[in-house]
Amino acid sequence: MSSKSAILVGVGGQGAILTAKVFVTGLMGAGYDVKTSEVHGMSQRGGTVSTQVHWGDKVYSPVVGEGAADLMVAFEAMEAVRYAPFLKPDGIAVINDYEMASATTAAGLAQYPKGCVEAMQKNFTCYVVKAADIAKELGNAKCMNIVLFGAMAHSLHMDSIDWEAAIRSQVPAKLLDLNLKAYKAGLEAAAKTNA
Amino acid sequence: MDRHLMSGNEAIARGIYEAGVRFCSAYPGTPSTEIFEQLPQYKDSLYCEWAPNEKVATEAAYGACIAGVRSVCAMKHVGLNVAADPMFTAVYNGVRAGFVIIDADDPSMHSSQNEQDNRWYAKHAKMGLIEPSDSQECKDFLKVAFDLSERFNMPFLFRSTTRISHSKSLVTFAERTEVPPKPYQKERRFNCVPAVAVQNHRRLEEDFAKLAEYSNVCPLNRVEMKGTKIGVITASVSYQYAKDAFPEDASFLKLGLTNPLPMKLIRDFASKVDQLYVVEELDDFMEMQIRAEGIPCVGKELTGKLYEFNPQLLRERIFGEKPVTKDVGVQAVSRPPVLCPGCPHRGLFYTLGKHKDFVIASDIGCYSLGASAPLNAGDTCVCMGGGFSVGMGLAKGLALAGDTQRKVFGVLGDSTFFHSGMTGAVEIAYNSGNLIPIVLDNRITGMTGQQDNPGSGFNLEGEPANTIDIGAVLRAYGFTNVITVDPQDLDAVEKAVEEALASKEPAAIITRRPCRLLKRVKQEKGLCTVDRDKCIGCKKCLSVGCPAVSILEGKSSIDSTQCVGCTVCAQVCPVHAISKKED
Repeated sequence: MSSKSAILVGVGGQGAILTAKVFVTGLMGAGYDVKTSEVHGMSQRGGTVSTQVHWGDKVYSPVVGEGAADLMVAFEAMEAVRYAPFLKPDGIAVINDYEMASATTAAGLAQYPKGCVEAMQKNFTCYVVKAADIAKELGNAKCMNIVLFGAMAHSLHMDSIDWEAAIRSQVPAKLLDLNLKAYKAGLEAAAKTNA
Repeated sequence: MDRHLMSGNEAIARGIYEAGVRFCSAYPGTPSTEIFEQLPQYKDSLYCEWAPNEKVATEAAYGACIAGVRSVCAMKHVGLNVAADPMFTAVYNGVRAGFVIIDADDPSMHSSQNEQDNRWYAKHAKMGLIEPSDSQECKDFLKVAFDLSERFNMPFLFRSTTRISHSKSLVTFAERTEVPPKPYQKERRFNCVPAVAVQNHRRLEEDFAKLAEYSNVCPLNRVEMKGTKIGVITASVSYQYAKDAFPEDASFLKLGLTNPLPMKLIRDFASKVDQLYVVEELDDFMEMQIRAEGIPCVGKELTGKLYEFNPQLLRERIFGEKPVTKDVGVQAVSRPPVLCPGCPHRGLFYTLGKHKDFVIASDIGCYSLGASAPLNAGDTCVCMGGGFSVGMGLAKGLALAGDTQRKVFGVLGDSTFFHSGMTGAVEIAYNSGNLIPIVLDNRITGMTGQQDNPGSGFNLEGEPANTIDIGAVLRAYGFTNVITVDPQDLDAVEKAVEEALASKEPAAIITRRPCRLLKRVKQEKGLCTVDRDKCIGCKKCLSVGCPAVSILEGKSSIDSTQCVGCTVCAQVCPVHAISKKED
């Protein structure tokens, strides 16, 4: 197979890196060649962050440019719009219906754009989930990233991969139950969308 | 065989271990930092440390090499500017045991002040240069670098980039090779007085010529011959981009030893293809040398000298294939990095930024974030340590220009103080600078992600270490009035600034409060909330630039998931509508 690529985007501290780790663990278990790319340093201070994951029989570049990602997982609505040019025109987006003010919008220097999620839905096959609400209902806002991972797993249709085993290997034992619930809730939420 | 998913930096650390290295010294800097963060796991086999700066790290590592053990130092690209002095002469003197200088460049300046291409350093200093293109090569090529360093009697430069250091790919391990120390003996070549240096230079030219010959047969430089229409010469991560961007039948000359370039191999490869491309990020380092040999090639006129590449960008620039994208019709607004909620720097920058007649010479670190709106506290940022010495020149220069109104402040952090702020403080004390030096002491190296430093009380291995007292250092230099203040107390900061400006004796300020992200200290708890009845919607609270504070339906609102209860916003509220709840 030719290589596939996913881009996980959000705001520093939302847990995209752990989500990518779980995803990659599943891919490695299935024997794929894998490369990922992260941004460290300055951009972590509340700035926009992106993590890319590439897999296939043989992967060369750890990053893709515009119009080349098969899948986007957006942890925040405006970040989905920011990185939309990276998606292939027939690409798929998993979007967290969740808005976070940026320093510029909080300070009143700019307006948070309206209709980010709708704009994505108009242009791409989208799985829109309220991962923050679902995580809160499960009792821990921090498992939002694994809720999104569940939605991501649904959108991928890679049914031969044991994603639960991947979660088990990457999250601390005391948080395992919560994260497995979060994963299932994410799967179900994505299945209920019209995508 | 077990495969491990590792970042380039993790793989370099593993390579240091496998290569039998015994001495390791570095100063943190993105994107190189994680290499040394990974080393303590191998501490039974090697010694590793954070040095106060890159020059010290390089000198110490070179000393260990002269003592006869394999040694390594690591730094970000601008760190090599600091380390250039010992590096150039170490190349003249040669090595006893293998010595490798690891450099991580930052194309696109993800976390840097410039995107200088450090391959030129290898050419300038006449040293071997090795460039890996993925994590496996990071580990394996590093071991080759040590072998070649010993074989050709010279330090080697090992260059990564952000995309290599921070990308992960699969790595297969090998066992550590124990390299017995070379016996110590006195040798004139290590004492570079002019009479010795003239001989050292001759020796270097001879060894460098031998390395140039070897480059043509070095296994790190390999031909992947396919079709004869297109040939691509490339190295580093550009190889990975080019493999995706060029047609399947393109042939590649993939280089790992890039200084000196294998000119015979290049000439031979060029003769076998119709169209030769050179694909390299940043400068035309290879292309310029290939053209100088009279070999026609295409490179920078298509690819450009700015920023990182990726496969789609190369395809567009080289073959004119524009990526197909969808315009969703909504524009994202910028989301710049900001000082964290509860950042101890906020109180100082708020206070300094209020005074329009203050000129603030800032520095490299989290404090560079103080220059953005709404804090607007930072006129200049040049390099590590520049806060004090650029500030010194600003103060003198303004005086020479007849401007007596403005007051100059030099600001830098605790780690930067030890790095190169100390010499700037000496400059101010010795030459009677008319500025107030301020050390923002947050007890850790913050921006690069919590590395210990000579003021933090711990070493790289997390063991207790001697703590150097910044106040005592400043007093020893002659700052008889050192004012220490909690930057979270705005009244106290304002008073400290007034006192320093009015001081008859040389004055300096230390703002002391641990970084909010520092895990080893017990952080105060609590949360600020807004009394919406009291709030008059004046937006004064926005002036502290905290990401937890925003205006919701005309009134102040504090995000409870972000607020840590530092109260800086509460202190600026004119109607006391914000208060802290302990929990």
